[in-house]
Amino acid sequence: MKLEIAFWVALAAAWFLFPGYLVLGSHILIVAIFALSLDLILGYAGIVTLGHAAFFGLGAYTAGLLAVHGWGEPLSGLAAAAAVAAIAGFAASFLVVRGEDLTRLMVTMGIGLLLYEAANRAAFVTGGVDGLQGVTMGKLFGVFGFDLAGKTAYAYSFVVLLLVFLLLRAVTRSPFGLALRGIRENPQRMAAIGVPVRRRLVAAYTLAAAIAGIAGGLLAQTTQFVGIDSLGFQRSAELLIMLVLGGTGRLYGAIIGTAVFMVAQDQLARVNPVYWEFWLGFGLVAFVLLARGGILSWVERAAHR
Amino acid sequence: MFGVLFDGIAYGSLLFIVSLGLSVTMGLMNFVNLAHGAFAMAGGYVAVVAMTRLGIPFLAALPLAFVATALAGAILERTLYRRLYGASHLDQVLFSIGLTFMAIAGATWIFGPGQQPVRLPEFLRGQWNVAGVDIGVYRLFLIVTVFALTGLLALLVERTRFGARVRASVDDARVARGTGIDVDRVFSITFALGSGLAGLGGALGIDVLGLDPTFPFKFMVFFLLVVVVGGAGNVAGTLAAALILGVLDVAGKYYVPQVGAFVIYAAMVLLLIAFPAGVFGRRR
Amino acid sequence: MLRTDNLSRSFGELRAVDGVSLSLPPGARHALIGPNGAGKTTLIDLLTGVIEPTAGDVFLGDERITALTTHERVKRGLTRTFQVTNLFPGLTVLESVLLAIHERNGAGKSWLEPFEKRTQDIEEARALLATLHLERDADRRTATLAYGRQRVVEIALALATQPKILLLDEPAAGIPSAESAEVLQVVDRLPDDVTVLFIEHDMGLVFRFAERVTVLVNGRILTEGTPEEIARDERVKAVYLGLEEAA
Repeated sequence: MKLEIAFWVALAAAWFLFPGYLVLGSHILIVAIFALSLDLILGYAGIVTLGHAAFFGLGAYTAGLLAVHGWGEPLSGLAAAAAVAAIAGFAASFLVVRGEDLTRLMVTMGIGLLLYEAANRAAFVTGGVDGLQGVTMGKLFGVFGFDLAGKTAYAYSFVVLLLVFLLLRAVTRSPFGLALRGIRENPQRMAAIGVPVRRRLVAAYTLAAAIAGIAGGLLAQTTQFVGIDSLGFQRSAELLIMLVLGGTGRLYGAIIGTAVFMVAQDQLARVNPVYWEFWLGFGLVAFVLLARGGILSWVERAAHR
Repeated sequence: MFGVLFDGIAYGSLLFIVSLGLSVTMGLMNFVNLAHGAFAMAGGYVAVVAMTRLGIPFLAALPLAFVATALAGAILERTLYRRLYGASHLDQVLFSIGLTFMAIAGATWIFGPGQQPVRLPEFLRGQWNVAGVDIGVYRLFLIVTVFALTGLLALLVERTRFGARVRASVDDARVARGTGIDVDRVFSITFALGSGLAGLGGALGIDVLGLDPTFPFKFMVFFLLVVVVGGAGNVAGTLAAALILGVLDVAGKYYVPQVGAFVIYAAMVLLLIAFPAGVFGRRR
Repeated sequence: MLRTDNLSRSFGELRAVDGVSLSLPPGARHALIGPNGAGKTTLIDLLTGVIEPTAGDVFLGDERITALTTHERVKRGLTRTFQVTNLFPGLTVLESVLLAIHERNGAGKSWLEPFEKRTQDIEEARALLATLHLERDADRRTATLAYGRQRVVEIALALATQPKILLLDEPAAGIPSAESAEVLQVVDRLPDDVTVLFIEHDMGLVFRFAERVTVLVNGRILTEGTPEEIARDERVKAVYLGLEEAA
């Protein structure tokens, strides 16, 4: 417990201690929210998805488009992003909860690609490959403007991350959360003890989509831009890597994996993007073949010795 | 309309020859190999190197692409893939994505990020006019080649002992092992063959699909699509799915260009809703 | 209370279950026996909605439940155990049983309250585990238990749903014989209005706990009667070579 408090205090302290890194910092916090949403359905409910970025992107475009068309109030924009993503998640969930692993993988991938293509085609609305420009945000609470140094962005993202984390912690500790783990372990047995498996998964998937939408909306608001890659397969794949790197099913794994990956990416990809991609691939292969469990499980194992 | 149909079938045959290996891998070993597109890409680059650096003519470069990629597949299967047959699909996805990243980085490093131009031999260029319709010679060549290959493969599968072992293993690996078939060896060989075919498809497809380091991620979706719709391990289903999807994609881009690839993805999602186990079902 | 009407299921040419009509009154203690491959597990799959029949119907009281899903049937009081242990490997025994309890009392939908704070549910779970002598394993992950104990957890899961009709698929298989009678006694002590149908090969257990026995051969009911009648039946003996030695 004390370790947890220290963790969050440290995250908050970064606002004071690293004023030069707040833009990267808030980006990390935002992707951590995205990763947490994936942990809910992958780490806890066991659904492998390659299309989660669809909801991230939907949230981003919703918040972005609202701002472009005059509605720059951040909090309501964020709520709208969550709502749109939730509706999409709810609709998509009916496809995702049926079928086995492979079909599900394809469906999630397909939905992501579908949305990417749609955003591309509807360039007159979304800006297509060039991205959505002109996202001008109003002041947060009418007081805090979004500055270039990222101070407002970091604080804003930090609070949202903390709130999302607390929500997910409550959910995963609840009977519903236990049921999700049961579904991950053995969906057939869950049905045999009376659990309406699909209904639970629909609920989880919708919640995860909403949170991903919040993350996307945050990104749009804090960077005042929406790139089409926010919907892309690359983003879904990278998110998967971040989550697995940190350790699934632990919530903190999502945050730590994101931080480690993004810092590494920021440092290494800048030097030589081809090197980064190669060693990332190599790391993945090595990770799967050798290192089971992710960062948090290594820490756990070391602590037990 | 015939032109669209023809182009669609040409595209579909290309999809088929590449996807076949993936279908067997998924059907036989239940392994999700997202790196399959990278094998196709590798074959393409082998052909390019053969033609530009070694001066080998196009028609000879094709079997070379096949052999080189088959070899690569065999080695990778023995050393790496084999260890993950029992692993979760998530692990397999991560592993194969990792391999793909490595392949893409390698390709970018060696060949640069641009498209590889290919100079087709004279007799494969241009168009013939058949019954009033213009037919691309190369596309005709594609269809004929794939057709011939499919026939060869069918012979292999139906008439040889090896083919019988493959069929038995796809049908039920456990039972096949019980009758003394070395399923692991069957699989190594089929994996190598499948990768080789992918490489051949990649080389054949340079003119139609293009070749650059983003090839794997660009086209992996289509290969997966073909396999999932056609049913993993179901060869006839894969062929049908490939042809249908090829025609649908070309027709979509021709008749409703503003919608483009959207048609394919939408069709896929709809098909998967209706047939969660693939349109033609899994393994017959 | 549980009734089937000409229930059949074919897999291509194979008639796994063929025109089975049986009727279980409330409180019955009924055994289902038959050689391997007779279709017993398939019958349970049909009764619980895991597979669809190719013909015939299943009735629960007056209600035709043939079209209902598995979990809907469990909600109506029809629960089963599995012949091949089918548990939640990463969850503890206590958590597994809690899953069933939560679902039964509606807590499964609750999002915000930590399940560890729901003391009533936890007490109920621990009490159930105690009747099956599983208390000391309560906080161990089911994957780490010995096979025999896992079989007992199978039954605990089913009992946690407070079934009105309990279908046990070879409940004693894998449990050391000293314990298996004990486990079935727990089942026997269930309220009188609970119906129990169990598949068994151990004829000793059949004689001890069953009031009636149905014999299934090649998907069809060969005969039905009290254990004594079945033991005397020549046709049954013929089908079950070596039955006498095993008993």
